[in-house]
Amino acid sequence: MSAWERFVFTFFNREVMAAYLPKIVEGFILTVELALLIVISGLVLGFLLAVVRSFGIRPLNWLIVFFVDLFRALPPLVIIVLIYFGLPSFGPAPSGFVSTWLSLTLVLAAFAEEILWGGILAVPKGQWEAARSTGLGFSATLTHVVLPQALRLSIPPLTNRTIAITKGTALGSVVAVAEVLSVASGAVAFSSNPSPLTLGAIAYLVLFLPVVVFGRWVETRFAWKR
Amino acid sequence: MQEFLATFFNIEVMRAAAPILLQGLRMTVLLVLVAVPLGFAGGVVVALLSVIRHPLVRWPLVAWVDFFRAFPPLVLLVFIYAGLPFAGIEIGAFTSVAIGFFLNTSSYYGEILRAGIESIPRGQMEAARSTGLSAVQAMIWVILPQAFRNVLPDLVSNTLEVVKLTSIASVVALPELLFQARQAQSVTYNPSPIVAAALLYFLLLWPVVRLLSRLEHKAIARH
Repeated sequence: MSAWERFVFTFFNREVMAAYLPKIVEGFILTVELALLIVISGLVLGFLLAVVRSFGIRPLNWLIVFFVDLFRALPPLVIIVLIYFGLPSFGPAPSGFVSTWLSLTLVLAAFAEEILWGGILAVPKGQWEAARSTGLGFSATLTHVVLPQALRLSIPPLTNRTIAITKGTALGSVVAVAEVLSVASGAVAFSSNPSPLTLGAIAYLVLFLPVVVFGRWVETRFAWKR
Repeated sequence: MQEFLATFFNIEVMRAAAPILLQGLRMTVLLVLVAVPLGFAGGVVVALLSVIRHPLVRWPLVAWVDFFRAFPPLVLLVFIYAGLPFAGIEIGAFTSVAIGFFLNTSSYYGEILRAGIESIPRGQMEAARSTGLSAVQAMIWVILPQAFRNVLPDLVSNTLEVVKLTSIASVVALPELLFQARQAQSVTYNPSPIVAAALLYFLLLWPVVRLLSRLEHKAIARH
Protein backbone atom coordinates (compact mmCIF):
# COMPACT_ATOMS: atom_id res chain seq x y z
CA MET A 1 0.00 0.00 0.00
CA SER A 2 1.34 3.38 -0.92
CA ALA A 3 1.37 6.20 1.57
CA TRP A 4 -1.56 7.86 -0.17
CA GLU A 5 -3.62 4.68 -0.12
CA ARG A 6 -2.85 4.22 3.54
CA PHE A 7 -3.91 7.79 4.22
CA VAL A 8 -7.21 7.28 2.40
CA PHE A 9 -7.74 3.93 4.09
CA THR A 10 -7.19 5.55 7.48
CA PHE A 11 -9.07 8.83 7.22
CA PHE A 12 -11.54 8.20 4.39
CA ASN A 13 -12.32 4.54 4.91
CA ARG A 14 -15.44 4.04 2.85
CA GLU A 15 -16.68 0.96 4.68
CA VAL A 16 -16.35 2.54 8.09
CA MET A 17 -17.95 5.74 6.83
CA ALA A 18 -20.87 3.88 5.31
CA ALA A 19 -21.39 1.95 8.53
CA TYR A 20 -21.56 5.05 10.69
CA LEU A 21 -23.21 7.47 8.28
CA PRO A 22 -26.76 6.90 9.64
CA LYS A 23 -25.61 7.58 13.20
CA ILE A 24 -23.75 10.72 12.15
CA VAL A 25 -26.86 11.92 10.33
CA GLU A 26 -28.87 11.37 13.52
CA GLY A 27 -26.27 13.37 15.42
CA PHE A 28 -26.42 16.03 12.74
CA ILE A 29 -30.17 16.40 13.14
CA LEU A 30 -29.82 16.66 16.91
CA THR A 31 -27.12 19.31 16.49
CA VAL A 32 -29.39 21.34 14.20
CA GLU A 33 -32.30 21.06 16.64
CA LEU A 34 -30.14 22.10 19.56
CA ALA A 35 -28.64 24.99 17.59
CA LEU A 36 -32.05 26.30 16.49
CA LEU A 37 -33.44 26.12 20.01
CA ILE A 38 -30.44 28.02 21.36
CA VAL A 39 -30.65 30.71 18.69
CA ILE A 40 -34.37 31.29 19.24
CA SER A 41 -34.43 31.29 23.03
CA GLY A 42 -31.13 33.15 23.37
CA LEU A 43 -32.07 35.95 20.99
CA VAL A 44 -35.58 36.34 22.44
CA LEU A 45 -34.27 36.50 26.00
CA GLY A 46 -31.50 38.93 25.04
CA PHE A 47 -33.98 41.13 23.18
CA LEU A 48 -36.37 41.21 26.13
CA LEU A 49 -33.55 42.11 28.52
CA ALA A 50 -32.41 44.97 26.27
CA VAL A 51 -35.97 46.33 26.07
CA VAL A 52 -36.42 46.09 29.83
CA ARG A 53 -33.09 47.84 30.31
CA SER A 54 -34.17 50.77 28.15
CA PHE A 55 -36.92 51.58 30.66
CA GLY A 56 -34.14 52.63 33.02
CA ILE A 57 -35.35 51.04 36.25
CA ARG A 58 -32.19 51.19 38.35
CA PRO A 59 -32.26 48.00 40.49
CA LEU A 60 -33.48 46.00 37.51
CA ASN A 61 -30.70 47.35 35.32
CA TRP A 62 -28.06 46.42 37.88
CA LEU A 63 -29.37 42.87 37.80
CA ILE A 64 -29.29 42.82 34.00
CA VAL A 65 -25.74 44.19 33.90
CA PHE A 66 -24.65 41.57 36.43
CA PHE A 67 -26.32 38.81 34.41
CA VAL A 68 -24.63 39.99 31.23
CA ASP A 69 -21.22 40.36 32.84
CA LEU A 70 -21.47 36.95 34.49
CA PHE A 71 -22.29 35.09 31.30
CA ARG A 72 -19.77 36.99 29.24
CA ALA A 73 -17.00 36.18 31.71
CA LEU A 74 -17.70 32.47 32.28
CA PRO A 75 -16.53 29.91 29.70
CA PRO A 76 -19.60 28.14 28.23
CA LEU A 77 -18.13 24.72 29.00
CA VAL A 78 -17.77 25.65 32.68
CA ILE A 79 -21.46 26.62 32.80
CA ILE A 80 -22.50 23.39 31.07
CA VAL A 81 -20.41 21.27 33.44
CA LEU A 82 -21.68 23.19 36.46
CA ILE A 83 -25.31 22.66 35.50
CA TYR A 84 -24.93 19.05 34.41
CA PHE A 85 -22.68 17.76 37.20
CA GLY A 86 -23.54 20.30 39.87
CA LEU A 87 -27.33 20.60 39.94
CA PRO A 88 -28.12 16.90 40.48
CA SER A 89 -26.40 16.91 43.88
CA PHE A 90 -28.93 19.47 45.03
CA GLY A 91 -32.08 19.45 42.99
CA PRO A 92 -33.28 18.29 39.58
CA ALA A 93 -30.94 16.39 37.26
CA PRO A 94 -31.17 18.06 33.85
CA SER A 95 -30.21 15.97 30.83
CA GLY A 96 -27.11 16.82 28.83
CA PHE A 97 -29.33 18.28 26.13
CA VAL A 98 -31.12 20.58 28.57
CA SER A 99 -27.85 21.57 30.27
CA THR A 100 -26.25 22.52 26.97
CA TRP A 101 -29.35 24.31 25.72
CA LEU A 102 -29.78 26.27 28.95
CA SER A 103 -26.10 27.23 29.21
CA LEU A 104 -25.71 28.42 25.65
CA THR A 105 -29.07 30.20 25.78
CA LEU A 106 -27.91 32.20 28.80
CA VAL A 107 -24.57 32.99 27.12
CA LEU A 108 -26.21 34.07 23.86
CA ALA A 109 -28.82 36.12 25.73
CA ALA A 110 -26.05 37.96 27.59
CA PHE A 111 -24.15 38.81 24.41
CA ALA A 112 -27.33 39.68 22.49
CA GLU A 113 -28.49 42.03 25.26
CA GLU A 114 -25.15 43.80 25.26
CA ILE A 115 -25.10 44.20 21.47
CA LEU A 116 -28.73 45.37 21.25
CA TRP A 117 -28.24 47.74 24.16
CA GLY A 118 -25.23 49.17 22.35
CA GLY A 119 -27.46 49.62 19.29
CA ILE A 120 -30.14 51.39 21.34
CA LEU A 121 -27.52 53.72 22.84
CA ALA A 122 -26.19 54.46 19.36
CA VAL A 123 -29.49 55.96 18.25
CA PRO A 124 -29.00 59.72 18.74
CA LYS A 125 -30.91 61.38 21.57
CA GLY A 126 -32.49 63.76 19.05
CA GLN A 127 -34.41 60.82 17.59
CA TRP A 128 -36.06 60.18 20.96
CA GLU A 129 -36.87 63.84 21.43
CA ALA A 130 -38.21 64.29 17.92
CA ALA A 131 -40.40 61.19 18.21
CA ARG A 132 -41.71 62.20 21.62
CA SER A 133 -42.47 65.73 20.38
CA THR A 134 -44.69 64.34 17.65
CA GLY A 135 -46.85 62.90 20.41
CA LEU A 136 -45.56 59.31 20.48
CA GLY A 137 -45.39 57.76 23.94
CA PHE A 138 -42.24 56.15 25.38
CA SER A 139 -43.18 52.63 24.27
CA ALA A 140 -44.27 53.75 20.83
CA THR A 141 -41.02 55.67 20.37
CA LEU A 142 -39.05 52.64 21.45
CA THR A 143 -40.85 50.17 19.18
CA HIS A 144 -41.39 52.33 16.11
CA VAL A 145 -38.41 54.68 16.06
CA VAL A 146 -35.51 53.49 18.18
CA LEU A 147 -35.62 49.68 18.02
CA PRO A 148 -35.77 49.43 14.20
CA GLN A 149 -32.61 51.54 13.92
CA ALA A 150 -30.94 49.77 16.84
CA LEU A 151 -31.71 46.39 15.29
CA ARG A 152 -30.19 47.38 11.98
CA LEU A 153 -27.00 48.49 13.70
CA SER A 154 -26.89 45.30 15.74
CA ILE A 155 -27.42 42.78 12.99
CA PRO A 156 -23.80 42.25 11.84
CA PRO A 157 -22.25 41.76 15.30
CA LEU A 158 -25.28 39.80 16.43
CA THR A 159 -25.03 37.42 13.47
CA ASN A 160 -21.36 36.74 14.09
CA ARG A 161 -21.84 36.24 17.82
CA THR A 162 -24.79 33.92 17.25
CA ILE A 163 -22.75 31.80 14.86
CA ALA A 164 -19.85 31.60 17.30
CA ILE A 165 -22.08 30.54 20.19
CA THR A 166 -24.05 28.03 18.11
CA LYS A 167 -20.79 26.25 17.32
CA GLY A 168 -20.70 25.57 21.05
CA THR A 169 -23.26 22.80 20.53
CA ALA A 170 -20.18 20.58 20.11
CA LEU A 171 -19.56 21.16 23.83
CA GLY A 172 -22.60 19.00 24.45
CA SER A 173 -20.41 15.98 23.70
CA VAL A 174 -18.83 16.51 27.12
CA VAL A 175 -22.16 15.91 28.85
CA ALA A 176 -23.27 12.97 26.73
CA VAL A 177 -25.49 14.73 24.21
CA ALA A 178 -25.57 12.47 21.16
CA GLU A 179 -24.67 15.26 18.75
CA VAL A 180 -22.21 14.89 15.86
CA LEU A 181 -18.93 15.09 17.78
CA SER A 182 -20.03 12.69 20.48
CA VAL A 183 -21.37 10.13 17.97
CA ALA A 184 -18.20 10.44 15.88
CA SER A 185 -15.85 10.04 18.87
CA GLY A 186 -17.76 6.99 20.02
CA ALA A 187 -17.56 5.48 16.54
CA VAL A 188 -13.79 6.07 16.39
CA ALA A 189 -13.30 4.18 19.64
CA PHE A 190 -15.53 1.39 18.39
CA SER A 191 -14.09 0.95 14.90
CA SER A 192 -10.45 1.84 15.72
CA ASN A 193 -10.51 4.06 12.66
CA PRO A 194 -10.72 7.86 12.57
CA SER A 195 -12.95 8.02 9.47
CA PRO A 196 -16.09 8.76 11.54
CA LEU A 197 -14.31 11.87 12.82
CA THR A 198 -13.64 12.91 9.22
CA LEU A 199 -17.31 12.38 8.55
CA GLY A 200 -18.21 14.41 11.63
CA ALA A 201 -15.89 17.19 10.51
CA ILE A 202 -17.58 17.22 7.11
CA ALA A 203 -20.98 17.35 8.81
CA TYR A 204 -19.91 20.43 10.77
CA LEU A 205 -18.61 22.08 7.62
CA VAL A 206 -21.87 21.34 5.80
CA LEU A 207 -23.72 22.98 8.66
CA PHE A 208 -21.53 25.95 9.47
CA LEU A 209 -19.69 26.91 6.29
CA PRO A 210 -22.85 28.33 4.67
CA VAL A 211 -23.61 30.09 7.95
CA VAL A 212 -20.16 31.69 8.08
CA VAL A 213 -20.43 32.78 4.45
CA PHE A 214 -23.89 34.16 5.24
CA GLY A 215 -22.37 36.09 8.16
CA ARG A 216 -19.77 37.57 5.84
CA TRP A 217 -22.55 38.65 3.46
CA VAL A 218 -24.58 40.18 6.28
CA GLU A 219 -21.55 42.17 7.38
CA THR A 220 -21.18 43.86 3.99
CA ARG A 221 -24.93 44.12 3.36
CA PHE A 222 -25.70 45.92 6.62
CA ALA A 223 -22.53 47.97 6.89
CA TRP A 224 -23.19 51.68 7.30
CA LYS A 225 -21.87 53.56 4.34
CA ARG A 226 -19.31 56.06 5.48
CA MET B 1 -30.37 27.32 52.40
CA GLN B 2 -27.92 25.58 54.70
CA GLU B 3 -28.05 22.55 52.43
CA PHE B 4 -27.59 24.71 49.34
CA LEU B 5 -24.47 26.31 50.80
CA ALA B 6 -23.09 22.94 51.91
CA THR B 7 -23.59 21.65 48.38
CA PHE B 8 -22.31 24.48 46.22
CA PHE B 9 -20.19 26.61 48.55
CA ASN B 10 -18.69 24.01 50.81
CA ILE B 11 -15.73 25.86 52.31
CA GLU B 12 -14.00 22.71 53.51
CA VAL B 13 -14.19 21.08 50.09
CA MET B 14 -13.03 24.26 48.43
CA ARG B 15 -10.08 24.57 50.79
CA ALA B 16 -9.10 20.96 50.17
CA ALA B 17 -9.34 21.47 46.42
CA ALA B 18 -7.49 24.80 46.41
CA PRO B 19 -3.98 23.44 45.70
CA ILE B 20 -5.00 21.45 42.63
CA LEU B 21 -7.25 24.26 41.42
CA LEU B 22 -4.29 26.61 41.60
CA GLN B 23 -2.22 24.10 39.65
CA GLY B 24 -4.98 24.08 37.06
CA LEU B 25 -5.03 27.86 36.99
CA ARG B 26 -1.30 27.87 36.33
CA MET B 27 -1.83 25.56 33.35
CA THR B 28 -4.66 27.77 32.07
CA VAL B 29 -2.40 30.83 32.27
CA LEU B 30 0.35 28.93 30.45
CA LEU B 31 -2.12 27.95 27.72
CA VAL B 32 -3.21 31.56 27.32
CA LEU B 33 0.42 32.70 27.14
CA VAL B 34 1.02 30.22 24.32
CA ALA B 35 -2.29 30.51 22.44
CA VAL B 36 -2.75 34.27 22.37
CA PRO B 37 0.68 35.33 20.99
CA LEU B 38 0.69 32.44 18.50
CA GLY B 39 -2.84 33.18 17.29
CA PHE B 40 -2.19 36.90 17.15
CA ALA B 41 1.01 36.48 15.14
CA GLY B 42 -0.85 34.16 12.76
CA GLY B 43 -3.63 36.71 12.53
CA VAL B 44 -1.21 39.48 11.56
CA VAL B 45 0.13 37.28 8.77
CA VAL B 46 -3.41 36.49 7.56
CA ALA B 47 -4.35 40.18 7.61
CA LEU B 48 -1.21 41.24 5.75
CA LEU B 49 -1.76 38.55 3.11
CA SER B 50 -5.34 39.74 2.67
CA VAL B 51 -4.01 43.09 1.47
CA ILE B 52 -2.81 41.30 -1.65
CA ARG B 53 -5.70 41.44 -4.08
CA HIS B 54 -4.41 38.76 -6.44
CA PRO B 55 -7.09 36.04 -6.82
CA LEU B 56 -4.50 33.29 -6.33
CA VAL B 57 -3.78 34.67 -2.86
CA ARG B 58 -7.18 36.02 -2.02
CA TRP B 59 -9.44 33.02 -2.55
CA PRO B 60 -7.31 30.38 -0.84
CA LEU B 61 -6.97 32.78 2.08
CA VAL B 62 -10.72 33.39 2.34
CA ALA B 63 -11.30 29.63 2.12
CA TRP B 64 -8.70 28.97 4.84
CA VAL B 65 -10.15 31.59 7.18
CA ASP B 66 -13.76 30.58 6.67
CA PHE B 67 -12.86 26.90 7.02
CA PHE B 68 -11.39 27.42 10.47
CA ARG B 69 -14.11 29.83 11.52
CA ALA B 70 -16.78 27.31 10.53
CA PHE B 71 -15.13 24.48 12.45
CA PRO B 72 -16.15 24.31 16.11
CA PRO B 73 -12.86 24.59 18.03
CA LEU B 74 -13.64 21.49 20.09
CA VAL B 75 -14.16 19.41 16.93
CA LEU B 76 -10.84 20.65 15.59
CA LEU B 77 -9.12 19.83 18.86
CA VAL B 78 -10.58 16.31 19.06
CA PHE B 79 -9.68 15.72 15.42
CA ILE B 80 -6.06 16.67 16.06
CA TYR B 81 -5.81 14.86 19.37
CA ALA B 82 -7.68 11.66 18.52
CA GLY B 83 -7.27 11.56 14.74
CA LEU B 84 -3.63 12.32 14.04
CA PRO B 85 -2.22 9.38 16.05
CA PHE B 86 -3.88 7.13 13.45
CA ALA B 87 -1.60 8.75 10.87
CA GLY B 88 1.35 7.88 13.05
CA ILE B 89 1.72 11.41 14.34
CA GLU B 90 1.90 11.20 18.11
CA ILE B 91 1.59 14.59 19.72
CA GLY B 92 0.59 15.20 23.29
CA ALA B 93 -2.44 17.05 24.60
CA PHE B 94 -0.57 20.33 24.98
CA THR B 95 0.73 20.39 21.40
CA SER B 96 -2.71 19.41 20.10
CA VAL B 97 -4.26 22.30 21.96
CA ALA B 98 -1.56 24.68 20.73
CA ILE B 99 -2.08 23.67 17.09
CA GLY B 100 -5.88 23.69 17.29
CA PHE B 101 -5.92 27.08 18.97
CA PHE B 102 -3.43 28.46 16.48
CA LEU B 103 -5.57 27.43 13.50
CA ASN B 104 -8.78 28.69 15.06
CA THR B 105 -7.70 31.94 16.71
CA SER B 106 -5.36 33.10 13.94
CA SER B 107 -8.36 33.06 11.58
CA TYR B 108 -10.42 35.17 13.97
CA TYR B 109 -7.60 37.62 14.72
CA GLY B 110 -6.88 37.74 10.99
CA GLU B 111 -10.45 38.72 10.12
CA ILE B 112 -10.47 41.43 12.77
CA LEU B 113 -7.14 42.88 11.69
CA ARG B 114 -8.16 42.75 8.03
CA ALA B 115 -11.23 44.83 8.87
CA GLY B 116 -8.93 47.21 10.74
CA ILE B 117 -6.58 47.63 7.80
CA GLU B 118 -9.52 48.13 5.45
CA SER B 119 -10.91 50.85 7.71
CA ILE B 120 -7.88 53.04 6.95
CA PRO B 121 -8.49 55.29 3.93
CA ARG B 122 -6.30 54.61 0.89
CA GLY B 123 -5.03 58.18 1.02
CA GLN B 124 -3.03 57.28 4.13
CA MET B 125 -0.97 54.74 2.22
CA GLU B 126 -0.53 57.11 -0.71
CA ALA B 127 0.50 59.98 1.55
CA ALA B 128 2.94 57.77 3.43
CA ARG B 129 4.46 56.50 0.19
CA SER B 130 4.80 60.01 -1.15
CA THR B 131 6.92 60.99 1.86
CA GLY B 132 9.41 58.35 0.71
CA LEU B 133 8.43 55.45 2.97
CA SER B 134 8.49 52.02 1.33
CA ALA B 135 5.25 50.01 1.20
CA VAL B 136 6.44 47.84 4.10
CA GLN B 137 7.46 50.83 6.19
CA ALA B 138 4.17 52.57 5.49
CA MET B 139 2.33 49.43 6.58
CA ILE B 140 4.28 49.11 9.82
CA TRP B 141 4.46 52.75 10.86
CA VAL B 142 1.32 54.30 9.39
CA ILE B 143 -1.40 51.77 8.59
CA LEU B 144 -1.06 49.08 11.26
CA PRO B 145 -0.97 51.38 14.31
CA GLN B 146 -4.21 53.03 13.22
CA ALA B 147 -5.73 49.71 12.24
CA PHE B 148 -4.96 48.26 15.69
CA ARG B 149 -6.57 51.24 17.39
CA ASN B 150 -9.71 51.06 15.27
CA VAL B 151 -10.36 47.41 16.10
CA LEU B 152 -9.06 47.41 19.67
CA PRO B 153 -12.43 46.46 21.20
CA ASP B 154 -12.71 43.48 18.84
CA LEU B 155 -9.15 42.40 19.60
CA VAL B 156 -9.78 42.53 23.35
CA SER B 157 -13.09 40.73 22.89
CA ASN B 158 -11.48 37.97 20.85
CA THR B 159 -8.69 37.59 23.40
CA LEU B 160 -11.32 37.18 26.12
CA GLU B 161 -12.94 34.46 24.03
CA VAL B 162 -9.58 32.69 23.62
CA VAL B 163 -9.01 32.73 27.38
CA LYS B 164 -12.46 31.26 27.97
CA LEU B 165 -11.91 28.73 25.21
CA THR B 166 -8.88 27.24 26.97
CA SER B 167 -11.45 25.38 29.12
CA ILE B 168 -12.04 22.97 26.22
CA ALA B 169 -8.51 21.64 26.75
CA SER B 170 -10.06 19.72 29.66
CA VAL B 171 -11.67 17.43 27.07
CA VAL B 172 -8.27 16.12 25.98
CA ALA B 173 -7.25 15.66 29.63
CA LEU B 174 -4.93 18.64 29.83
CA PRO B 175 -4.92 19.50 33.54
CA GLU B 176 -6.12 23.10 33.29
CA LEU B 177 -8.55 24.80 35.65
CA LEU B 178 -11.79 23.12 34.56
CA PHE B 179 -10.17 19.67 34.33
CA GLN B 180 -8.77 19.94 37.84
CA ALA B 181 -12.12 21.15 39.15
CA ARG B 182 -13.83 18.12 37.61
CA GLN B 183 -11.22 15.84 39.17
CA ALA B 184 -11.76 17.39 42.59
CA GLN B 185 -15.52 17.14 42.16
CA SER B 186 -15.42 13.46 41.27
CA VAL B 187 -13.24 12.71 44.29
CA THR B 188 -15.31 14.69 46.80
CA TYR B 189 -18.76 14.03 45.29
CA ASN B 190 -19.40 17.72 45.75
CA PRO B 191 -19.71 20.39 43.03
CA SER B 192 -18.03 23.11 45.12
CA PRO B 193 -14.70 22.81 43.25
CA ILE B 194 -16.49 23.58 39.97
CA VAL B 195 -18.18 26.55 41.61
CA ALA B 196 -14.76 27.66 42.86
CA ALA B 197 -13.32 27.34 39.35
CA ALA B 198 -16.24 29.36 37.94
CA LEU B 199 -15.61 32.02 40.59
CA LEU B 200 -11.93 32.14 39.62
CA TYR B 201 -12.80 32.58 35.95
CA PHE B 202 -15.30 35.28 36.84
CA LEU B 203 -12.97 37.20 39.15
CA LEU B 204 -10.15 37.12 36.58
CA LEU B 205 -12.25 37.97 33.53
CA TRP B 206 -14.82 40.34 34.98
CA PRO B 207 -12.52 43.38 34.78
CA VAL B 208 -11.91 42.57 31.12
CA VAL B 209 -15.66 42.36 30.47
CA ARG B 210 -16.17 45.75 32.18
CA LEU B 211 -13.37 47.31 30.14
CA LEU B 212 -14.84 45.82 27.00
CA SER B 213 -18.30 47.22 27.69
CA ARG B 214 -16.80 50.68 28.00
CA LEU B 215 -14.65 50.33 24.88
CA GLU B 216 -17.62 49.07 22.86
CA HIS B 217 -19.95 51.86 23.97
CA LYS B 218 -17.26 54.41 23.21
CA ALA B 219 -16.76 52.90 19.74
CA ILE B 220 -20.49 53.14 19.04
CA ALA B 221 -20.67 56.72 20.32
CA ARG B 222 -17.96 57.67 17.82
CA HIS B 223 -20.17 56.56 14.95
